Amino acid sequence: MNWKAFGAMLARDAHVARRNAIQLSFQTFLQPLLFVFIFGRVMVGSGYMPPQYKSLLLPGIIAISMVFTGIWAVAMPLIAEFQWTREIEDRLLAPIDIHWIAIEKVIAGMIQAAVAGLVVIPLAWLVLRPGLDISIHSPLEFVAIILLVSAFSACGGLALGCSMNQQHIGLMFSMLLTPMIFFGCTYYPWSALKNFPVLQKAVLINPIVYASEGMRATLVPQFSHLPTLVTLVALLVFDLGLLYIGLRQFDKKAIS
Amino acid sequence: MAVGVRTKDLRKIYTSAPPLGAAGGFIARGNARKSKQPKPQITALDELSLEIQPREIFGLLGPNGAGKSTTVGVLTTRVRPTSGKAWIGEHDVWNEQAQVKHLIGVVPQRPNLDFSLTAREILIFHAAYFGIGNKERNQRADSLLEKFKLTDRANQMVRGFSGGMMQRLSIARAMMHDPQVLFLDEPSAGLDPQTRILLWEIIRDYNREGKTILLTTHYMEEADALCHRLAIVDHGKIIALNTPHELKASIPGGYLLRLRFGNQTTGLLQRLKTLAGVREVRSSDGTGTDVYADRGGSLIPEIAAVAASTGAELSDVHISEPSLENLFLHHTGRSLRD
Repeated sequence: MNWKAFGAMLARDAHVARRNAIQLSFQTFLQPLLFVFIFGRVMVGSGYMPPQYKSLLLPGIIAISMVFTGIWAVAMPLIAEFQWTREIEDRLLAPIDIHWIAIEKVIAGMIQAAVAGLVVIPLAWLVLRPGLDISIHSPLEFVAIILLVSAFSACGGLALGCSMNQQHIGLMFSMLLTPMIFFGCTYYPWSALKNFPVLQKAVLINPIVYASEGMRATLVPQFSHLPTLVTLVALLVFDLGLLYIGLRQFDKKAIS
Repeated sequence: MAVGVRTKDLRKIYTSAPPLGAAGGFIARGNARKSKQPKPQITALDELSLEIQPREIFGLLGPNGAGKSTTVGVLTTRVRPTSGKAWIGEHDVWNEQAQVKHLIGVVPQRPNLDFSLTAREILIFHAAYFGIGNKERNQRADSLLEKFKLTDRANQMVRGFSGGMMQRLSIARAMMHDPQVLFLDEPSAGLDPQTRILLWEIIRDYNREGKTILLTTHYMEEADALCHRLAIVDHGKIIALNTPHELKASIPGGYLLRLRFGNQTTGLLQRLKTLAGVREVRSSDGTGTDVYADRGGSLIPEIAAVAASTGAELSDVHISEPSLENLFLHHTGRSLRD
């Protein structure tokens, strides 16, 4: 394993992210902030939503911004670099096994997703307070959830980015990610689906369900949520599955 | 430590679209046994064996789709051969990729520069991937930028660069880690004549430092001016391999006269063969005739006289001097630009 090359590639991604920091911040934080402002502040303040909804909403919003950021950070550059600019070829010729180039992309995506998640918490707190009731009861559990959700989003980005064509980017967001987010127990807890038993079972194939329920379990355990162990195991399975698919697809793209 | 390049019986059959720069070849229907739909199979390399000496400038010459880019792709770890082997120095390209990548530098057919970085950063990060220390990579970047006349654009993003500047930067990047073997895939495609001459000078300089160079081209002048040895490739096979000089000398007579007659007869062809200096007469389609001879213009009056006496009016004449273009035509019956 060539750590120097790996580190240089991470440094390259960090350098590019720093250069695009302002653009990246708007892209990452504007939507979740608008969301918490309208649903958490306006709707609650005007009495359409109960005050507890603030706290129930936030973990889902964190999950969404992490998933979006990770997928975007990995998939979009990969799609462009493989199909349009082909700039990844320079890294494919670096003296390192090419799987590590894919893993480097995943690590870079994980870092961005984790930062997105961690920064949304205080920002949302500023918008939503007072009356926001979140706390980290078990730091270890919190770290594990953040790590697994980041990894899920970055590995998902790798699998999607290496499977999609440039002309299907719009489709990827409208046909895949949007339904996943709406059926991902992001704006409501999984237990709220109890009156829709078929849907409640069906959404369990959606990894975002475990991301938002896991966030709920660690930040707002006062609301009902899936057992933490279940969410951790499910996320781990999705992470490994997507990483496996992503690496295979990366191989196919990188070597003809 | 000069390093050579070797391939043995390389075959590559694409079952999906070949990568850019390696497109073409001929398409044959796959003989997939009763599977749903036979995939189109494109044979890009057909038992290609090659040995390039250390310190050699070696050229692969051939039309688009001949298999040149695929050969470079296999030798640079980017294309998995269907069968056969390739070595850079002592290292098996497919099984010792990391060692091989240390030894090679690659200039692709289409620029693939990192659009998120400036020219200087592209060189610096490239060197960092190869583990070159901070101080040294800065020095090398500065000297290469200077050499390639890019110093004043060093801190600009490459997005706005012209084709020639991108090409120069691609070559500078390939040289950053001081590779022993430099691959250039169609290096002068799309360059203006001035830049092309600068490029040739740089390639010769690099070679003088003891480096091996493999370039692909379909420009005769380039192959002729630069290469110590040349392989002419067509349909994934080597059809001739020698020094440019020897290759040209192998064309019968050297001169090629492409003639057209209003009314061509076999009698005419027989008579042409008897003219002094004529080595070979070929007629492919009944209207055009290729005459290989050891003289050019001075044959024309005699040809015109023979034509007149057999009632075939000479309607068009094109004389070309000994060249690789003629050689390619001689071996394949096709022009390089077909």
